[in-house]
Amino acid sequence: MNENLIVSLKDIVVEFDGEKVLDGLSLDIHDKEFVTFLGPSGCGKTTTLRVIAGFITPKSGNVFFDGQDIADLPPYKRQVNTVFQKYALFPHLNVFENVAFGLRLQKDENGKKLSEALIREKVLEMLATVGLKGYERRSIHQLSGGQQQRVAIARSLVNSPRVLLLDEPLGALDLKLRKEMQLELKRLQREMQITFVYVTHDQEEALTMSDTVVVMNDGHIQQIGSPEDIYNEPCNAFVARFIGDSNIVDGVMLKDYLVSFGGQEFLCVDGGFAPNESVQVVIRPEDVEIVPPQDGALTGRVREVIFKGVHFEMHVDVEGYEWLIHSTHASQPGEIIGMNIAPDMIHIMRRTEG
Amino acid sequence: MLKTKNSRWLAAPYLVWMVTFIVVPLLIVIWYALTPSQTSAINAAAAADAATAPTVVFTLENLTQIGRYTGVFARSLILAAEATAICLVLAFPVGYALSRLRANKQHIMLMLVMLPMWMNFLLRTYAWMSLLENNGLINRLLGFFGLGPFQLINTSGAVVLGMVYNYLPYMILPLYTAMTKIDNSIIEAAQDLGCNLRRTVTRVLIPLSSSGIATGITMVFVPSVSTFIISRMLGGGSNLLIGDLIELQFLGNAYNLNLGSAMSLVLMVIVLLCMSFTSSFDEESMEGVM
Repeated sequence: MNENLIVSLKDIVVEFDGEKVLDGLSLDIHDKEFVTFLGPSGCGKTTTLRVIAGFITPKSGNVFFDGQDIADLPPYKRQVNTVFQKYALFPHLNVFENVAFGLRLQKDENGKKLSEALIREKVLEMLATVGLKGYERRSIHQLSGGQQQRVAIARSLVNSPRVLLLDEPLGALDLKLRKEMQLELKRLQREMQITFVYVTHDQEEALTMSDTVVVMNDGHIQQIGSPEDIYNEPCNAFVARFIGDSNIVDGVMLKDYLVSFGGQEFLCVDGGFAPNESVQVVIRPEDVEIVPPQDGALTGRVREVIFKGVHFEMHVDVEGYEWLIHSTHASQPGEIIGMNIAPDMIHIMRRTEG
Repeated sequence: MLKTKNSRWLAAPYLVWMVTFIVVPLLIVIWYALTPSQTSAINAAAAADAATAPTVVFTLENLTQIGRYTGVFARSLILAAEATAICLVLAFPVGYALSRLRANKQHIMLMLVMLPMWMNFLLRTYAWMSLLENNGLINRLLGFFGLGPFQLINTSGAVVLGMVYNYLPYMILPLYTAMTKIDNSIIEAAQDLGCNLRRTVTRVLIPLSSSGIATGITMVFVPSVSTFIISRMLGGGSNLLIGDLIELQFLGNAYNLNLGSAMSLVLMVIVLLCMSFTSSFDEESMEGVM
C-alpha cells in the first residue's frame, strides 16, 4: 500500500426524502488498496459507493479523485467502473460484446476509436484472466450466476479503471462459489494493481479480502482499520457485535491495566482511562479458556452445547450474563466450569450508546 | 385445474365466431375483388353469355384499376409513416419516464395517458376541427397577437396531427411495457462504461425496447394507414386516403363493390407486409431475451 490518495470524500451529506442517509461522511482511499465498506443493510455503504461512481450527487460535501473535485462530473466521465449487485449485463449482447462495450466507446490519444483488432485482443485477454476463455460467442443467458459475475468483472476491468467499485458482487452466489470468487478477486486486484472498493454486509468476506475495512452504521463511519485491528480492537460495541461473535460485558477500569468485571479483577493491556471509569469489555468466544472450576477466575453453568464442526459453541451462564464460548472441548450441559482469560485477550472500549 | 387436452375446446366458440365473421367475409371480399364489376365490359359480355351458360369469370381488372389511385395509396402510406414517426419520437421519452416512476405513480400516470381514449373518437376529432378552423380557437388566439389567420384545417398536416393525437397512446403503452423490463442498473452500467445520454439511448435503451417499438409502430401505422374519418374531417376533400377511397366504393357515389374489395385486399397486403417487417425485429429482440 502506498500513501497516494486516489479518492477522498469530505463531509458528504446525502438525503433521500429528507432523511439523512450519509451524515457528514469523510473518508480517504489510497491508491491500489483493497477497501471494504462493511455494515448492515441501510447503513449507507452502497450510497457511499454510488457517490464515488457518480450516480448520486451529494447534497453537500466534496468528492476528490486524484486531487480533483469531481462532485459535478457525470458517471461516464469518471475513471471508475462499477460491478453491480445483479451484474447488470446487457441482455441484447453476447459475452464478447458485453466486455467490449466500454472499449468501443473509448478514444485513443489521437481522438480515434480503438481498432477492432485491439478491442478483440483486449477482450480475449480479459476473458482469459477471469477464466472464461472460449465463452465469447455465448449469450449471457446461457451462463451460470458465477459466470455472469465474471463477465461483469471483465466488462469493468477491461477499461483499466483507476478504481473498481464492487457492490455486493458475490451476494447471489452459493457459499462455495463465493469463497472461490473472493480469492479470485483478491488475486485480480493484486495482479492488476487497481484500487478496489468493495461493499458487503458479510464480515467474513470483508476480513478475508481487504487491506482496509470501513465499518459503517447509520450513515456514519464506526471504525477504519486493517482486518486484524477491526477484529481484535473494535472501537465500540457495534463494531464488536458486527464483526463476529463476541461477549460484551459491563466493567469498571480500576486503573491502567486493571479492569473489573463479573465480580473479579483482571489484568489487561489497555490504559489511558480515568480511574474507575465505566467501560465495556469485549472478549471473543474463542479467547475464553475452560479450566476446572477451582482454577477459574470466573465460574459459570453450561446451558447449551452446539456442535459447529471445527469447534463446540457453548452458552454459559455467568452471574446472569450469557457468555458465548468456542472450544474444541465439549463440556456437558449443566456442568459448572471455570473460565480464564489472558490479559491481551481482554479488549476495553469506552462506553457508547451502541 | 383443466387438463390441456380438454381446455383446447374452450377456444371452440371463438373458432366458430372467427370462421363466421372473419374467414367467410374475407373470402367474400376476395371473391368480389377477383370478379368483374357490374359496369365493366367483361361483365357485360359475361352477362350476355349467361343466357346460354352461366359461368363465373375471374379477372384482375379491379386490381389493375387500382393503379389509377397510386397517388392516394402513396399519400396514405406517407402520412401514416409521418404520424408513426412523430408518435415514436413523442412516446419514447414518455414511455421511459413512466417506466422509471414508482409503481403507485405509474398507475395514475398510465390512466392519464389513456384518458383521451375514454372519449369518443369522433368527438375528439370534431374537437380538433373547431380548434383548427379558419375562425377556430387557434386562429383567433393567433389573431389576438396580430398573426394569421393560417390555413390549418384541410391540410395534410392536420391529418397527421389527428392521427398522432388519436393513436399516441397505442405507441406509449407498448414502449412503456417494454421499458419496465429494463433494470435501472443496466442503464447505470451503460453510463458507468462511458455512455452519455445519446449513446445510452442508441446502444442500450433502443435495442432493449425494440419489441415495444415494433408493437407500437404496428399499432399506430395500421390504423393510420386505413383511417377515413380523420382525413375526411381534418383533411377536407384534397387529402383523400385509402380508407376514404374504399368507403366511397361501398357507401359513396362511386359504388363499386368489386373495386372496393380489391382496394381492401391491397391494403391488407400492405398491412401484413408492415407487420411481418416489424415482427422480425420483435423476434430478434426475443432471441436476446430467451
